[in-house]
Amino acid sequence: MDKNINVTLKVWRQKGPKEKGRFETYQLKNIFQGASFLEMLDILNEQLIKEGKDPVVFDHDCREGICGMCSLYINGHPHGAATGATTCQLYMRRFNDGDTITIEPWRSAGFPIIRDLMVDRSAYDKIIQAGGFVSVNTGGVPDANAIPIPKENADLAMDAAACIGCGACAAACKNGSAMLFVSAKVSQLALLPQGRIEAARRAKAMVAKMDELGFGNCTNTGACEAECPKNISISNIARLNREFISAKLKD
Amino acid sequence: MWLFNSSIGRKFVMSLSGLFLILFLTFHFAMNLVAVFSGDAYNMVCEFLGANWYALVGTLVLAFGFVVHIFYAFWLTLQNRKARGNDRYAVVAKPKQVEWASQNMLVLGIIVIVFFVLHLAQFWYKMQFNEIAGLDLGVDPHDGYWLIQTTFSNPLFVVLYLVWFAALWFHLTHGFWSAIQTIGWNNNVWLNRWKVISNIYTTIICVGFAFIAIYFYAIA
Repeated sequence: MDKNINVTLKVWRQKGPKEKGRFETYQLKNIFQGASFLEMLDILNEQLIKEGKDPVVFDHDCREGICGMCSLYINGHPHGAATGATTCQLYMRRFNDGDTITIEPWRSAGFPIIRDLMVDRSAYDKIIQAGGFVSVNTGGVPDANAIPIPKENADLAMDAAACIGCGACAAACKNGSAMLFVSAKVSQLALLPQGRIEAARRAKAMVAKMDELGFGNCTNTGACEAECPKNISISNIARLNREFISAKLKD
Repeated sequence: MWLFNSSIGRKFVMSLSGLFLILFLTFHFAMNLVAVFSGDAYNMVCEFLGANWYALVGTLVLAFGFVVHIFYAFWLTLQNRKARGNDRYAVVAKPKQVEWASQNMLVLGIIVIVFFVLHLAQFWYKMQFNEIAGLDLGVDPHDGYWLIQTTFSNPLFVVLYLVWFAALWFHLTHGFWSAIQTIGWNNNVWLNRWKVISNIYTTIICVGFAFIAIYFYAIA
């Protein structure tokens, strides 16, 4: 049964991108274990505001695991130790009375810190803008069943499309590589006939943008897959490598 | 050129050079195994290779493979450290799916190179190089069998070589399947198959090498 617990938080505080950051320790009393992790941080912020201190800045939006806004490196894991769940889907029942919880921002050169726990993830948007789309000539809407798609491909494309672009992959990677994200975004389109047409151009453009933005080289440690809140498989990375290498060999 | 200025291109070079070196190890192991059965046969192999033109060409290609693999290893690692940024996490928890070797490939590689230099000094210098340069070492460049016997009669070298093979084992268990993954010959099914194949293959090669070293110590 959920009960009330006391926890100690070690939270990374940093006033701005160029300022030097440090850990601050906060005590929270009587936190209901049925509360979500972000609700716990809301309680912390209310406490800080009442004490006349600056609240902790952190990203959040939908709070149902689909928008990709929440982040946080909790006790050494992006989105906490729970698997297949985002930080907003993490509940305080994962923690015990008296626990110390260390909360850090994503640390990767590709994601500079804006303030406290909030990082700038617009690099991922730039990679999408480089080619993560299907060019469509507007006109009559085609019938949904006009283009047959094998079930297996539809499933794989859907699994890849589950990526919410939260950045946990690059944050977990010792090489600061964004390959899991880019491979999911390339795969979700390359697997379908509509996206297949531009597949080679897309793979080249997105990888070029990823490299330009300073993300690292993948060494297949698999940390991204293990920490991904959407369980994106590294077999997508193999597909991206395949697409990219065969596109370059054809040039 | 995409093999230099794209991340996947650089990894592709790393994969191909790595697989080439695995292939070389396989041949090397096969030749060593001959020594267990017959000293004369092994010396025939030594004579067949020696400093003949095809062996020299082979050595140059092999050296090129090593240099490329090592150069790219340092290059990729430097880039990756930069991509990681200067701020480290205060708390790091390694997910259990992540192999230890995969996060320490450079360190393992350096250990392999250090022992490789010892190995070159003990064998290649006294054999092929000896034959080219006509050194007066008092060692017959084609009597590899005698070199093996004398080297592995010393327990210190047996232990050092075993450490070498252990580092190599860790390096290859990740390196093999990782190379295949980088080339793109992988999917949900083959991911685990390649991991199993690389574990088995690496174990055969490394345990085989270790067996030969221990065998020559035992019969000395």
